[in-house]
Amino acid sequence: MPDYNLSYFYVFVFFAVGAFVVGALMTVSRIIAPRRPTPEKLRPYESGEEPIGQAWGRYPIHFYVFALLFVVFDVEVIFLFPWAVIFASLGWYGIVEMGVFIAILVVGLVYAWKKDALSWY
Amino acid sequence: MSPPGVLVPGPFGIDPLVWVVLRLLIAVLLVVGLIFNGALLQILMERKLQAWAQDRVGPYHVGPWGLLQTFADALKLIGKEDVRSRFTDAAFFLTAPAITFTPMVAAWVVIPFAPGVQGIDINIGLLYLSSLGAMGVLGIVIAGWASNNKYSLIGGLRSAGQLISYEVPQILSLVTVVLLAGSLQLTKIATAQPGLQLNLFILPAAFLTYFIAALAETNRTPFDLPEAESELVAGYLTEYSGMRWGTFLALTEYGNVTIVSSIMTTLWLGGWNGPLVDQAPILGVLWFTLKVYVIIVAFMWIRLTLPRFRIDQLMNFCWKVLIPLTLTNLFVTATLKVALPAPWDLIAIGILNWGLVAAFIVLIPRLQRRRLERLRERLRTERERTLAPTA
Repeated sequence: MPDYNLSYFYVFVFFAVGAFVVGALMTVSRIIAPRRPTPEKLRPYESGEEPIGQAWGRYPIHFYVFALLFVVFDVEVIFLFPWAVIFASLGWYGIVEMGVFIAILVVGLVYAWKKDALSWY
Repeated sequence: MSPPGVLVPGPFGIDPLVWVVLRLLIAVLLVVGLIFNGALLQILMERKLQAWAQDRVGPYHVGPWGLLQTFADALKLIGKEDVRSRFTDAAFFLTAPAITFTPMVAAWVVIPFAPGVQGIDINIGLLYLSSLGAMGVLGIVIAGWASNNKYSLIGGLRSAGQLISYEVPQILSLVTVVLLAGSLQLTKIATAQPGLQLNLFILPAAFLTYFIAALAETNRTPFDLPEAESELVAGYLTEYSGMRWGTFLALTEYGNVTIVSSIMTTLWLGGWNGPLVDQAPILGVLWFTLKVYVIIVAFMWIRLTLPRFRIDQLMNFCWKVLIPLTLTNLFVTATLKVALPAPWDLIAIGILNWGLVAAFIVLIPRLQRRRLERLRERLRTERERTLAPTA
């Protein structure tokens, strides 16, 4: 079993390497690449038309609905991971407990389904 | 083969403390090399495969047989002007590629190429990988929002919707495998499949659902809606150019494809296991790479074959098909594992899983056809009502 501190150290180093690689690539690109900005070039791309207004505005509500549903299911999934590791030693007790937990969430999914929250129109 | 972490003397009598540092350095260099070369190789592979499928020659001019084409493309990208439009949110726009790229690099630390050939064997390897997979979404959403471009915004939001939705079936399929292996440690999951007792044969339904979800998570066709070029120009990438675009698209996308393929190889195809590995452990790296590339070619094949989903089909498919299917599979697998004694539980789980795969293949087109017929019927009655002469 690897030492915990060493695991964290490896992970940390790899994160640092990732950030460093991006930084290095950008720096090289900045040194080599030309920079000739013109007003037209610096305009947001809108298929060659004059951009109309800002893009930071309102957007469809569907995204929120799915995000809410996702939060519920993601929490469920996080609880499933530790359960899956030790469930062999829990036996029927573990099955029933998790069955009740999943059943409650499935009821939520069925409710959302019947309410047409899963349809994208 | 010694577990890394406990201070062990390195080969050739190197001091343990020096070996820890040296090993880390080798791992970092290997991973960076693999990411760059993997992207170069896979882009060429993809272009060649596409060309052959469409009866073309593909990249041909740069180098022998077009081998240096992607290398030349990469050099060109570095030399390209990095345009940033005036209205972008500078801080977020500039860091977004790093936010997707960094978790992708960090994920490589746990990929088990062979016994001992692994950055570090964390005991929660699978959880670590899935959490890093979720972090990549952040960069894409930030890029979409910070670009201040309508195409980018819609691309980023679609991507958020798609990635978070498909994460649920993806992780549920992973949990099904964890049930059988009883561990989140990647090497233990790989060694829990001796010989031909692969999880692919026992849990094909989980493999299928993970494969589909992985296509969606890596933004590959038929799930590449965030960058749907026919409607959104380039989605969240619209405002990006030069090497910033290169890191975002080429390096991150192909790196992520390699990672999900490695996960599938480890969890379902037995990782490095293969003929003659016991005699020569280094052969494990070869088998692992071979399996990973078989899956990558399957990814490319699917891109050549299938058209793109529509957004409502995409969401329906995830929430109404994949999630119920994976939940059923998970729960029934767990029940069978507890209910039956040792060899019979695997056989029962296998039969059930193959049944689920068959049901999936047979029922989906049928359900789809029925839904379309109902829709057509409704349209017809509506048209008749509106066109009917009013007295």
